[in-house]
Amino acid sequence: MSKALPILGAGDPGLEPSVPSGASGATDAPEVALRALDQLWFQVAGTVCNLRCRHCFISCSPKNHSFWFMSRAEVAGALVDSVRLGVKEYYFTGGEPFMNHDILGILEDTLALGPATVLTNATLLPQRTVDELSRLASSSLYTLELRVSIDGVTAEQNDAIRGEGSFHRAIEAVGRLVAAGFLPIITTMQSWDDGETDKVLSDFRDLLAGVGYGRVRLKILPPLRIGAEAERDRGYSEGEWVTQDMMADYPSDLLLCSGARLVTHSGVWACPILLDYESARLGATLDEAVAAPARLAEQACYTCWVNGAICSNMPGLTQDFS
Amino acid sequence: MSRGTGVPTYRRIAVFGGVYSNHLALAAAVQDARHRGVDAMFCLGDLGAFGPHPDRVFPIIHESGIAVVKGNYDDSIARGLEDCQCGYTDPRDNHYARLSYRYTFQNTSPFNRTWMNQLPDRLRFHLGELKVLACHGSPRRVNEFLWESTTPTHFLDKLAIDFDTDVLLGTHTGLHWERRWGDGKAYVNVGALGRPANDGQPAVWYAVLEAVGRDLDVHFVTVSYDHQALAREMRDEELPAEFVETILTGWWTTCLEILPGKERAAGRH
Repeated sequence: MSKALPILGAGDPGLEPSVPSGASGATDAPEVALRALDQLWFQVAGTVCNLRCRHCFISCSPKNHSFWFMSRAEVAGALVDSVRLGVKEYYFTGGEPFMNHDILGILEDTLALGPATVLTNATLLPQRTVDELSRLASSSLYTLELRVSIDGVTAEQNDAIRGEGSFHRAIEAVGRLVAAGFLPIITTMQSWDDGETDKVLSDFRDLLAGVGYGRVRLKILPPLRIGAEAERDRGYSEGEWVTQDMMADYPSDLLLCSGARLVTHSGVWACPILLDYESARLGATLDEAVAAPARLAEQACYTCWVNGAICSNMPGLTQDFS
Repeated sequence: MSRGTGVPTYRRIAVFGGVYSNHLALAAAVQDARHRGVDAMFCLGDLGAFGPHPDRVFPIIHESGIAVVKGNYDDSIARGLEDCQCGYTDPRDNHYARLSYRYTFQNTSPFNRTWMNQLPDRLRFHLGELKVLACHGSPRRVNEFLWESTTPTHFLDKLAIDFDTDVLLGTHTGLHWERRWGDGKAYVNVGALGRPANDGQPAVWYAVLEAVGRDLDVHFVTVSYDHQALAREMRDEELPAEFVETILTGWWTTCLEILPGKERAAGRH
């Protein structure tokens, strides 16, 4: 198989990518057909973020304009399609979704149809925004989930990855969200050995109790060794690809691409991880992307193969009827 | 009775959700349903789990003529799988799920395991003029959670179309709720008999459905039973104190990870 790494200027502030890399990996990669469009993801803030996290798998930053913001009208168009396609859950990511000036209107439109989850760094959540989110949540039949990324239980740990000041801003926002009735899902990338997990979880609980969050929902994510993370820690090893043999007895329902698509300002992708890879662009429209199988052509697919659909709020389930 | 299609037709039915070995609640619910004059009784699976003496559920099922759909727990116990297939990832939830599963497996007879293994995944019948499909989680996946706050109406409509039915019945989440749309279309999660509905009340819930023509009436019924006696049995069997607390208080204490934010926020833990 031929292998190619993405050609982003990851971790180099002076080299901002302006277009998707176009790189694609294994030519004989396994393909996964869409079982049902259960999850519709929106790259609602493109690759634009107020932070420049050192582990970001798509190297988002204030200057990364590879993917631009989605407008409320663009999202609304996909929402119309989603009803016909029977979508079950909606996810909003970026970049930082709260950099999108339309985000509250977008969430209002979405919550009229189904549950919404926003993946945020929580550094742009002043009280007035939290109040508005609370109003949207309480006026909908459906749940509004806020997934807040925090990478460490101290400012020193977190800010070394996410940037100076981001820890305190995020923790304070979590306190505001909890006070408003939310139970945010705290996500953290595993940067410790497995044997330390219990202690890390315990430390997180202690930390969050300090801002009034007593029944913490925690989600640990494995590192995705692409983008900035490939330079912060390491890239994938030579053997870390998904091969045809590896899929022979594997329940493909565990993979996000078997039940999801990502809508962006400039096309539809197989999943939110592979935004920088042309191999994962499945069409200009949702209908095209639903019809096309996803190719497990990149090394990041290996992480999903090992861990299951890490991006979902809940892990994938596989017990289909015969 | 049948309308000549081989599919039975009923007017009024009682539908029970997960029993979770709560034989006292099941007996009380059967008695309550009989008083309501139902034509038939159904249970949507997960006979074991959580509670004491799983084998005490089966005689009640057989003597009452309850038609049972196989749940994920039944499937696991019947086939001797490693776990209950609930998909927990939280270490605390997994700890309690393992305790519950090990106890239930060890205390379910081979005869009952064999019986559970032949249970159907789905049942179809008519209620009035409505087509009904009864399942455990969803019609496409036995362990799919359909929570009120995470299940769009258009998603339910697609399921109803894909599976050619008017009414979908399910359980699995343990919380009762219903949604109506279109011409007689409905989804009814009948709740669970095995543990309270995370509402601070020790009573449990089931559903009575009645249809005249295509006019469907759904009535959620609360069942009080001797929960103190169940708690004593659970303590005698050395089941976790956290499980006993749920039975006594009505608040869920374990397996909380699976709850969406909206449902979780409505509880205490």
